[in-house]
Amino acid sequence: MQRRRWMAMLATGTAALLVISGCGGSSSGGGGSSNSAAPPLPDVAMQQSVGQGEGELDLINWAGYAEDGSNDKSVDWVHPFEKATGCTVHDKIGNTSDEMVQLMKTGQYDGVSASGDATLRLIYGGDVAPVNTSLVPNYATIQPFLKDRAWNSVNGQMYGIPHGWGANLLMWNTKSVHPAPTSWGAVFNPNSPYKGKVTAYDSPIYIADASLYLMKHVPSLGITNPYALDSKQLAASVDLLKEQRKTVGEYWNDYTKEVQAFESGDSTIGTTWQVIANLVNSDKKGLVKAIEPSEGSTGWSDTWMIAAHAKHPNCMYKWMNWITSPTVNAQVAEWFGEAPAQSLACDHTSDKNFCADYHAADKAYSDSLYYWTTPTTHCLDGRGNVCTDYSDWTQAWTDIKG
Amino acid sequence: MTASVETAAVTPRGRSQSRRASGFLFRHPWLRLTGLLSLPMFWLVIAYLGSLGAMLVAAFWTTNDFTGAVVHNGTLDNFRTLVTEQVYRRIALRSVTVAALVTVVDAVIALPMAYYMAKIASPRARRLLVVAILTPLWASYLVKAYAWRVLLSHDGLVNWALQPFGTKGPGYGLVAVVLTLSYLWLPFMVLPVFAGLERIPDTLLEASADAGAKALRTFRSVVFPLLFPAIVAGSIFTFSLSLGDYITVNVVGGTSQLAANVIYDNITTGGNLPFAAAAAFFPVVVMLTYLVAVRRTGALENV
Repeated sequence: MQRRRWMAMLATGTAALLVISGCGGSSSGGGGSSNSAAPPLPDVAMQQSVGQGEGELDLINWAGYAEDGSNDKSVDWVHPFEKATGCTVHDKIGNTSDEMVQLMKTGQYDGVSASGDATLRLIYGGDVAPVNTSLVPNYATIQPFLKDRAWNSVNGQMYGIPHGWGANLLMWNTKSVHPAPTSWGAVFNPNSPYKGKVTAYDSPIYIADASLYLMKHVPSLGITNPYALDSKQLAASVDLLKEQRKTVGEYWNDYTKEVQAFESGDSTIGTTWQVIANLVNSDKKGLVKAIEPSEGSTGWSDTWMIAAHAKHPNCMYKWMNWITSPTVNAQVAEWFGEAPAQSLACDHTSDKNFCADYHAADKAYSDSLYYWTTPTTHCLDGRGNVCTDYSDWTQAWTDIKG
Repeated sequence: MTASVETAAVTPRGRSQSRRASGFLFRHPWLRLTGLLSLPMFWLVIAYLGSLGAMLVAAFWTTNDFTGAVVHNGTLDNFRTLVTEQVYRRIALRSVTVAALVTVVDAVIALPMAYYMAKIASPRARRLLVVAILTPLWASYLVKAYAWRVLLSHDGLVNWALQPFGTKGPGYGLVAVVLTLSYLWLPFMVLPVFAGLERIPDTLLEASADAGAKALRTFRSVVFPLLFPAIVAGSIFTFSLSLGDYITVNVVGGTSQLAANVIYDNITTGGNLPFAAAAAFFPVVVMLTYLVAVRRTGALENV
C-alpha cells in the first residue's frame, strides 16, 4: 500500500512538471525563429574616454597570449602591465572559439582574444562593445590590411584591436615520422603507418581542414571556400574525417594535452599551433617539427574585444593598447609563433628575420590563408542560401567522433 | 569569572523565554511541522526538483544558430534528433555498456575484498583496511584520472611492465576508461558490500557448514542471497557515477565519447543548452528505470 501511494505521488509530480513545461513552452513560444540570417546589430554603447584603471582585469585568451613568466621566466608581459597600470590580470585560457563565446556569455570577463569564428557571434550576440580606436594610440600603426575586415568590424565600426594572425600547422615527431611530410595527406591517409598516433583538433571548425584538403585534391566537389559547404560537400568532408578517425589516437582541444601526448609519444603527427611546437621543443629539444603543408592552411586572425558590460573597461582599454604596443606585440608574436598585427613590432623582435618568416607585412600571403570563420546558411562564397551552418557542423562533428 | 556570573544572571530569563516558545509551538503543531520541514522541503522541491523541472522546460527550446541565443519556442526537435540520429543511439549504448562493465568489475573486485575485511581480518586489520579503502577518496578525482593517463601512456608504467612479456597495455580508449572508472568508484562498491557482510552473522556460515555445505555452496545459497541487496546498493553508485562521467573519458578515452560528453560538448562547444538539457534526460531515464528495477530487490531499504 505504502509503495503504491509513493508511485501515485511520483506520477502526480511528473504530470505537474509536464504541465509546467507545457506552459513554459507555449507562453514564450512563437517569438523566435532559428534561421541563421544575421540578426539586427545590438545597440551597445561605445566608450568615450579612458580614465583611471579599476585595479583588476579579467581576460579570456588563447594559450600564450597573457604570459606572466610562469611558463618561461623570460616571457612576461603581464607583470610589467600590472606595474604600469595597477590592473591585476586574471586570465582564463579558452581552448576553442566555442568555449570563448560561452565564457563571454557569462558576463564575468572584461575582454577576449577572439578568432574570426567567434567575433561575429559575439558582436551579434551583444556580448562585446564597439571599440573606440582613438582611445588606443597603438591602433594607428596596426597593419592596414587587418583593419575594417569582415571578422572584426561591422559597417566600418571596429569591434576590437587586431592582435596577430597565423596558420594552423602540421606537426610531427622527427624521430618516428619518416620521410618528413609535406602535405595534409599525411593525416588524411586511411592506411597511415602512424595509425593510432595521429591527432586532430577537437572542434567542429576542424572540418574546414578536411574541406581545404578536398578543395585541393578533389576539384570535382567544387569547394571554393572551406567554410562554405553545401550538404554534399559537408558529407564528403565528414566521410574523410570518419576515415581519419580510424587512425586517430586521440583528439586534442586542451593545448597541454597535445604537448603531453607528443612528449610521451602517444601522438606523433597531427595539426598544431606554433606555440605548441615551441613548448614541446623547449622541453625536449628537436623532438617535433611544424610546417605549413603544400595545400596551404586554415588559420586564425585574432582580435582583442571588450565585453559589452565590462566591469573594468578602463583596464581593458589599457590592455588593448599594451598588447598591441610594438615591444609587447613582438614578444607575444615570437612566443606564440604568429605574425604580429602591429607593424612597428617587426623592429623589436629578437630574431630579425621573424617578420619576414611569418610574412607579417605580406598582404597577399595573409589573404591566402583560410581564416577561421563561422559557417552560415548564407554561403561565404556567394552561392546563396544553400550552405550548411555551424550547428550542422557541430552535429557532424559529434557524428564523426561516433 | 565575570562571564559565569553573567550567564547565571541571564539563564533564568532565557529559560523562561525558551519555555514560553516551546509552549507556543506545542499548542500549534502545524507551526512546529512547518518550522521543521520548511528548509529540507525548500531544498528538495525548489532547488532539487525545481532545477530538474527547469531542465525539462529548457529541453523544449532551441538556439539561434548564429548567436547561440536561446529561442523560447516549444518544440520536440531536440528529442527527435536524439532518437533519430544513429550516432546518439550508439553513444547511449556505449555509455550503458561502460557503466555496466565498471559495475561488474567493481563487484568482482569488491566481493573478496569485503569478505576478507568483514569475516577474516582481525578487528585491528579491519580498521586499517577500511582506512585504506577510504584514503583514495581524499585525493582529487582529476589527479587520479591523470595518474592513469600517465600510467597508460605510450612510455608509461603499464607498457613498461608488460614489455618483457611481449605485449603492451590497452593504450587510450574504452578499456582505459573502464579501468580508470573502476578504480575511481571502487570504494563506493566495497563499503556497502562490507556493511552487508558484517550484518550476516557468522553462525549462519557455521550452520551451513554443519549442514554439509562446502564453501562455494555456502556462498551461493547463503551469503550471496543475503548480500545481493548490498551489491545492488553499491551498483547504484558505480553505475550512476559512470553514466554521468565525462572527464575520465576526455583524459584517457582516446577518441571515444560517452553520453555525458554529448551534454558537456553541447554546453561548452556547441553552446546549445536546450539540446544538452534534452540529452541529459537520457541518464535520468536510465537511472530511474534502474532504480525502479532494483526497488524489488529491497536494495533501496539498505542504502
